[in-house]
Amino acid sequence: MASILGLFDTAESAADATLKLDAAGFTNDEWEVLTDTPYPEGAFGEKDPKHTLFRYPFVGALLGFFSGLLITLGTQVSFPLVTGGKPIASFPPMIIIMYEGTMLGALIFTTIGIIIESRLPRVTGPGLYDTRITEGHIALVLDAPAERISAAEGAFREAGAVDIKQE
Amino acid sequence: MKAPVVASDQLINEELLNTVLVTNKRFWMLAVLLSTGVFAAVVVVVLLIINGLSITGFNRPVMWGFYITNFVFWIGISHAGVMISAILRLSQAEWRRPVTRAAEVLTVFSLLTAMMNPLIHTGRPWRTIYWLFPYDFARGIWPDIRSPFVWDPSAVFTYLTGSTAFVFIALVPDFAVIRDRTTGWRHVVYGALALGWRGTPRQWKLQIVAGVLLSAIILPVFVSVHSIVSWDFAVALVPAWHTTIFAPYFVIGAVHSGVSAVITMMAAMRWLFKWDNYITPDHFDSLGRLLIVVASAWFYFTLLELFFSIFYVESHEIAVWDLRFFQWPYNLMVIVFVFTGYIFPVGLWLSKRVRRNIVAMFWISIFVNIAMWLERFLIIVPGLQYKQAATFSWGSYMPSAAEGIFVLGTFCFVGLLLLIFSKFFPLIPLFDIKEGKVLTTEIQVGRVGVPAVYREE
Repeated sequence: MASILGLFDTAESAADATLKLDAAGFTNDEWEVLTDTPYPEGAFGEKDPKHTLFRYPFVGALLGFFSGLLITLGTQVSFPLVTGGKPIASFPPMIIIMYEGTMLGALIFTTIGIIIESRLPRVTGPGLYDTRITEGHIALVLDAPAERISAAEGAFREAGAVDIKQE
Repeated sequence: MKAPVVASDQLINEELLNTVLVTNKRFWMLAVLLSTGVFAAVVVVVLLIINGLSITGFNRPVMWGFYITNFVFWIGISHAGVMISAILRLSQAEWRRPVTRAAEVLTVFSLLTAMMNPLIHTGRPWRTIYWLFPYDFARGIWPDIRSPFVWDPSAVFTYLTGSTAFVFIALVPDFAVIRDRTTGWRHVVYGALALGWRGTPRQWKLQIVAGVLLSAIILPVFVSVHSIVSWDFAVALVPAWHTTIFAPYFVIGAVHSGVSAVITMMAAMRWLFKWDNYITPDHFDSLGRLLIVVASAWFYFTLLELFFSIFYVESHEIAVWDLRFFQWPYNLMVIVFVFTGYIFPVGLWLSKRVRRNIVAMFWISIFVNIAMWLERFLIIVPGLQYKQAATFSWGSYMPSAAEGIFVLGTFCFVGLLLLIFSKFFPLIPLFDIKEGKVLTTEIQVGRVGVPAVYREE
C-alpha cells in the first residue's frame, strides 16, 4: 500500500479532485479529506463518519451513580452515628452526592469517548500531512496499492493541486 | 449584526496566535503588576498559617466574613463559562465564536480561586481533608455526607472536571495549529497535546458533537453548583439564610456577575491583544441585551427575598433587614448594591449607544461585580450578626487589612492565570472563527448586502 497527499488551496478544487477520484474508480473509503475547520457534512463527498459517542455518557452516568450510592450509603452504614433519633441512611443528601457522581461519570466518559471515537491519540503523529492544512489549505490523502497511485496523482494535478506528496 | 471581517486562515492564525508566539511589553507590565498582588496574598496566607485566624476580623458570632463572601463571589463568576459557552452553543448563536474559550477558561480559574477561600478560611487548610476524605480507617470515621460542606466540594469538583474537559477538547484542534507553527521543544509539547490531530471529517464531526453533548451534560451541573453553594446558607437555621428561594436566587445572581465578568475580560483582551477584528461592538451589544434580561430576573429574586422575609413579620428576620437597611455601614452598601447592580447598569444598557461603547461596558461590568460582591457580603455578615435574646456576647465584624489584601490578591490571581494561559494557548478558538468564515457569506437584498449564515442541522 502507498499513500499520496494532494494539497488544494480552495474547497472547490478539493471537491473537484474528489469527483475526479470517483471517475478514476476510487471509492470514498480509500481517501480522506483534511481541513483546518469543520466544513458542512458531505462538502467533499466524503464518507459519513459513524460513531457511538452517545453510549459513553450513559455508561459513565451509571458508574457514577453507583459510585455515589456506594460512597454515601457505605460511609453512613460503616460509621452508624444516630442523629436526633433519625434513620442511619439519610436519603436527601445522598441524592445530591449521587447526582454529582452521575454527572461526573457522564462527563469523564464523554471526554474519553470523544478522544477514542476521534481515533486519538495517534501515537505515530499526524502521518502523511502538510502544515499548510492549518493555514486554510485542504488536503486529500489517499491510500491505495502502489500501481494505482499514479491515477490518483493525475486526478489531483487535473483538479489543480498546489502540491503533491507521496509516502 | 454586521458581517464579520473576512480574513484568510493564515491571517487568523497570525492574529490570534500573537499572544502565544510573540510577547509584548503590556503583557510583562501586567504580569509584574498581577504577580505583586498574588505575592501579597501569599504573604497573608503564610501569616495566617503562622498566627491563626487572629489576623482576621472574625468576631463571634460573625465567623464567616470576607473569605466566604469571596468564595461565593468566585463561584458566581465561574458561571460565565457555561452560560456563555453551553447555552450559546446549544442555541447556535453565531456571535458566541470569539467569546466561548475565554469564558470557559474564566470558569476553570474562578473555580480554582473560589475553592482556595474556604480552605484558607479554616486557618489550617490541611485539616480540611478530614471532612472530605476518610482519614482514620482504624476508627472507621468517615466524612458526614449530611453536611453541605461535603456536597459543596463534590459539586465544585464535578463542575471543575467538566469545565476543564470542555476547554481541553476544544483546544485540541488549536494545539495542532500551534504544533504546525513551532519548532524544537515547543513543537514536541504542542504535538503531544494535539494527540496527533489531522482534521479529518470524523474528528471534526466528533468535535461538533462533543461541544453539544458536553454543553448538555454540564448545564445541569452548572445549576447544581450554585444551588448547593446556596444551601451552605439555606440549610442553616440562621435568620435571613433559612429560605427556599436561595438556590434560584444564587444561580441567577451568578449568571449576572459571570456574564458581566466576561464583558470585563473581553474588553481587556481587545485592549491588550488588539483583537478589534474579532471582538467587536456587536458582541458587547448582544451581551448587554442578554444582561438586561438576566439582571431583571435577578433583581426580581432580590425583591422576592425581601418580600417574603418581611411578610412573616418574624422578629429575627426583621432585625436582620433593619441592620441591612438602617444601620451603618450596611445601609450604604445596600444603596451601592442596588444602584450599581441594577438601576444604573440596566438603565444604561437600554441605550444601544452605551451597549456598543466598549469603554462604558467595561466600567459598567466592573460596577456590577462590585455590587454582586457586596450582595454576597450583605447576605452573609448581617445574617450572622443578629442579636438574639439571652446571647450575652455578640459582636460586629470589621474585616482586617489582611483579609482585604487576600481578596484583592484573588483578583490578581485570576488575572495572572488568564494572562499565563494566553501566553501558551489561544484565548479565541481558531477553528471556531474559521468555521464562522466558511459558513458566512453576504447576500444582496434589494439595495443592501446582508450577512447570511449557513446552519447545519
